[in-house]
Amino acid sequence: MPTSTIYLLIKQLFEKKATNPFPLKYAPDDMTSAAELIEKGDLDLNPPIDVPENYRGKIRYDKDCCIGCKLCVRVCPSEALVFKEEEAKVKHYVARCTFCGQCVNICPKSCFEFSEEFLIAGTDKNAEDLIINP
Amino acid sequence: MVKGKATYEVPIGPIHPALKEPFMVNFKLEGEKIVDADPHPGMNHRGIEFMGMHRNPLKVIPLAERTCGICSIVHQHMYTTALEHAVDIVPTERSRYIRTIMMELERIHSHVLWAGVAAHEIGFDTHMHFTWKIREKVMDLLEAISGNRVNYSMWTFGGVRRDIEEDMHPQIKETLDYYKDLYDKLEDIFLGDPSIRHRTRDVGILTKKKALELCGVGPTVRGSGVKKDVRIDQPYSAYPDLELDYVIPSRYGYENKGDVFSKTLVRLKEIIQSIDLIEQCVKKMPEGEITSEPNKAALLNKLKTASGEGIGRLEAPRGEAMHYVRLTEDNEDVDCWKIRASTYNNLATYAPMFMGEQIADIPIIAACIDPCIGCMDRAEIVDIETGVKEEYTKDELHELSVQKTKDLLEGIDR
Repeated sequence: MPTSTIYLLIKQLFEKKATNPFPLKYAPDDMTSAAELIEKGDLDLNPPIDVPENYRGKIRYDKDCCIGCKLCVRVCPSEALVFKEEEAKVKHYVARCTFCGQCVNICPKSCFEFSEEFLIAGTDKNAEDLIINP
Repeated sequence: MVKGKATYEVPIGPIHPALKEPFMVNFKLEGEKIVDADPHPGMNHRGIEFMGMHRNPLKVIPLAERTCGICSIVHQHMYTTALEHAVDIVPTERSRYIRTIMMELERIHSHVLWAGVAAHEIGFDTHMHFTWKIREKVMDLLEAISGNRVNYSMWTFGGVRRDIEEDMHPQIKETLDYYKDLYDKLEDIFLGDPSIRHRTRDVGILTKKKALELCGVGPTVRGSGVKKDVRIDQPYSAYPDLELDYVIPSRYGYENKGDVFSKTLVRLKEIIQSIDLIEQCVKKMPEGEITSEPNKAALLNKLKTASGEGIGRLEAPRGEAMHYVRLTEDNEDVDCWKIRASTYNNLATYAPMFMGEQIADIPIIAACIDPCIGCMDRAEIVDIETGVKEEYTKDELHELSVQKTKDLLEGIDR
């Protein structure tokens, strides 16, 4: 019996895919050799999709303008910002950050801002690029 | 074999077939027919209220929205309004409209997602992929406005943190037009399809009397013809300025039956209602500040010694929900925080809906209240704290259910 579902099913077979493509079309057999090929530039990757305006990416911290008022530490919900007493600046653990942006809003000197960087996944939460101002 | 009326008790859950969340229902069966259903929540307690009570009020805003993955705006709004109520902060006029737009966008998102889940439960994966595909459009808009696809982090005391500027209006209009164009198709495949109609019509009936008795909320009881909607009964944010009416099946020429079909109808019609509300909001949005408390440092100091208690309630996509917040002078943190999610009310309506139905109908009936166990389950701590009996009953039930399963297996072997 031809129902509206059947028409929808046939139509969906030929429609443009709604999801964003993965960087690689097929999963490589071996990740290490694939990574080497990518480094050499022999493997074509699907480019990442542009992020929208006002995107909440990894937070940028301008250490020089920081006055050490601790306001950001007081509003950070996940304790991603830790105050360093000896230096009077803050240390930012990116792995703990929830990107709520309360520090961006409260900072009287506007030392924090959202960047457009989103490729921040890693296996080590204490890696060099995952702690700002270590 | 036992002759006559043999009743079997079958536990379904905590890994539930209908929900991707831990939740358990004990069914009593006579053959294929369900004669009793006993829901047992309390397997998803995360202690989010406890965490909130050890943080200052500003830190709780991002925590509150993490109560639920889908209605994060709902919990953020309720917490914020509860605290505003407690310390007498009045949100600005413009922020009320921005809040309303965001809440209605989330309602579209939630209902479209639910339609997909419901279709999946009765085996229509084509519909699921279709609805989840069209859901992306509203997610993109929410991301463009707030910067996040989920957990929007937009609310603050006295208003919102991100504005909806004039240049955003074309994208809002485009998204709403997209849903308007697709709406007829959505209605055609969900309400017009004969197979779906067979699976949903006269299944899981909740009568108007039962709906009122059990205090169900949201589309679950509106499908039975109960006129209950916080947006109209006790309007908040920008709703007093907007024109809206109760979405019940009889308004569209259908019977107020209270079955799964009626609930589907109500949810689909609410998508159109939300589109209309957003259009009204965009048209009427006043100029002005987006928050009445721009100095967050001063606000933080003010909240440190503030005292009072407040309630925030709203019509979530799933029905009425509520937050209670108490602040005291000697406690810098939130002194008390209580969440009552809509699923907690709707769970009671399971018993009459399951009665007399078949086992194969369990998933769709379980899904038809749009349950969100993650939202609801923190309510269980109260039961556990006041009486150990709850825990004991669960163990007992577990043993009982294991025994019953064994009995059932033996019965099959024979």
